Amino acid sequence: MSKKPSPQAIAAASETRVLPTDAPRDTRRRRFLTQSASVAGTLATAGVAANAAAQEVPAWMKTPGTPMRAYGTPSSHEKAVQRPSASGYATVSPGTGSSRTPHQSLEGTITPSGLHFERHHNGVPDIDPAKHELLIHGLVNRPLVFNLAALSRYPMVSRNHFVECAGNSSPNAGPKPPQITAGGIHGLASTSEWTGVPLSLLLNEAGIAPGAQWIVAEGADAAAMTRSVPLTKCMDDAMIALYQNGERVRPEQGYPMRLLLPGWEGNMNVKWLRRIKVTDGPTHTKDETSKYTDLQPDGKARQFTFELGVKSVITFPSFGHKLDRRGLYEITGIAWSGAGRIAKVEISADGGKSWQDAPLQGPIYAKSFTRFRLPWEWNGAAAVLQSRATDEKGNVQPTRAAFTSQYVAGMNYHNHYIQTWGVNADGSISNVYA
Amino acid sequence: MFMHKKIAGSLIAAALVAACASTPEGTVTTPSRGPSLGATPSAAMLAAMDTSIPPSGAGLPAGSGTVAQGAKVYDAKCQTCHGPKGAGKPADPLVGGIGSIASGKPMRTVGSYWPYATTFFDYVRRAMPTNAPQTLSNDEVYAVTAYVLNLNGIVPESAVMNAQTLPQVKMPNRDGFIDYSRN
Ligand code: HEC
Repeated sequence: MSKKPSPQAIAAASETRVLPTDAPRDTRRRRFLTQSASVAGTLATAGVAANAAAQEVPAWMKTPGTPMRAYGTPSSHEKAVQRPSASGYATVSPGTGSSRTPHQSLEGTITPSGLHFERHHNGVPDIDPAKHELLIHGLVNRPLVFNLAALSRYPMVSRNHFVECAGNSSPNAGPKPPQITAGGIHGLASTSEWTGVPLSLLLNEAGIAPGAQWIVAEGADAAAMTRSVPLTKCMDDAMIALYQNGERVRPEQGYPMRLLLPGWEGNMNVKWLRRIKVTDGPTHTKDETSKYTDLQPDGKARQFTFELGVKSVITFPSFGHKLDRRGLYEITGIAWSGAGRIAKVEISADGGKSWQDAPLQGPIYAKSFTRFRLPWEWNGAAAVLQSRATDEKGNVQPTRAAFTSQYVAGMNYHNHYIQTWGVNADGSISNVYA
Repeated sequence: MFMHKKIAGSLIAAALVAACASTPEGTVTTPSRGPSLGATPSAAMLAAMDTSIPPSGAGLPAGSGTVAQGAKVYDAKCQTCHGPKGAGKPADPLVGGIGSIASGKPMRTVGSYWPYATTFFDYVRRAMPTNAPQTLSNDEVYAVTAYVLNLNGIVPESAVMNAQTLPQVKMPNRDGFIDYSRN
């Protein structure tokens, strides 16, 4: 399950490459996070390991390759990179559940569409786009109905945004840290380039009537998912997304159209969108009362906590990876915030006693994954890795203690506390609470 | 603003139709004018699709149901997943937990946690049962609502649920929520 090829594998694939040439470029601009000063020593341990097999011409060079195909798929050697899925109702309602983006196996900031997390409340509908319509009604001057052909003729915008389920990271809400992957814990968050029609355009065409304050959005799935959204968000950066990473939105993500509310809890980004009713107040649907409300110890629950908190997670090294020798590694991960751009990510190798800024990979988009990277010299001793993100509004990712103290024990929504990975002396990684 | 005379095939300066904003990533424009391709929905379409019910009860349909009728609906169409008398398993319990929400060991159910009875009608009509959603009649939804509220001790055995009575039901946890929508 190692994300990065082992030094042996690199050496086998290319007998002339030496490990240090894989070291992050431009290290002058970065400060290393070191546990020991023995940099020279560890660099020397990586040598040239020529592979006898490399003298022979590889089999795939001695036969013509497969021809072109209409739609590509990942290499057959990458079959292990999958979304793990779970349903709490497997026997009676198997389509009610989720699958998670395997962050520990991915790089960059865009989630491949086939690995975008799923959260369905009664399966994925098979919608005929020719029969699907979007109705806008309620407190508007002119109710309007749009089919996909009409919407596809509207001016569009393309933006990189994450979508994150309000229940993301809930495995870390339990009393003991689960020993599962970064994706298993934090995989209900994914980033895509979304292209669609600004919702404000359509609402303006319908004409907002006096008294309008909210909308209720409804999906065309077997849960007829409904969520209330303040009108201010709809007139700000909301869009009707028609495309995801350049192609039509995937069925699991709302084909042929979904509501996209950048930075706001995933469930509100209603998939398979069929109806928007402009209203004078919230409708108090099941998924904004019974679920996705944050219960405090005093018995009161925070309702409508829409904007997702600033968050980061180290994706390498993380549970399931194994550091197989001392030396130079690149700590890397993703950071995001519902409030805007990521301004800073700090990394600690000593459980939060000392911190060092990690360089951010640009361009940095608002409400989108931002990749951070920091070279790290591992001296073979146990270490406690953490990342802490700050966004452009000055919000700082909270510690576990600070986050959990606000809520009743086990509160499993909107979790964005600092993830801690313990690096064990044998190079294995554990999920730890700190 | 001056009047822009449209010429067939002419390009319209972006500034006329969009709010331009230069950002570090480039010139991102949010278009402010569309081609007005929305059609007018028929009255029948509006009536058929307008099913969301807010706490005021606005939009509740005609029809009604009693606790006794609801018990029959429940046993036939809900019990396999929500257990006898709403006890739960394999799906969520619908009964119990009243008074537990502030106890540190909260049991969240329709009875103990939900702030509005209208939500139950709205949700069951659109989403339940999960193996045959949108198949219950309005009378059946009113009836099963009366039954589950009665199991929770919220309405009496004689209760009849309809468009007038349902919004008047006061749920035990009605004041249990803090509105964070403006935070
Ligand atoms: C085939 C199984 C099945 C049947 C039958 C079924 N339900 Fe459900 N019910 C579910 C599942 C699964 C969920 C959770 C849905 C989700 O997670 O969004 C659920 C959720 C609910 C909830 C929300 C519970 C909460 O606290 O949030 C209510 C209320 C409910 N069902 C009522 C009913 C009623 C009333 C009936 C009968 C008319 C019924 N259900 C029949 C499977 C079923």
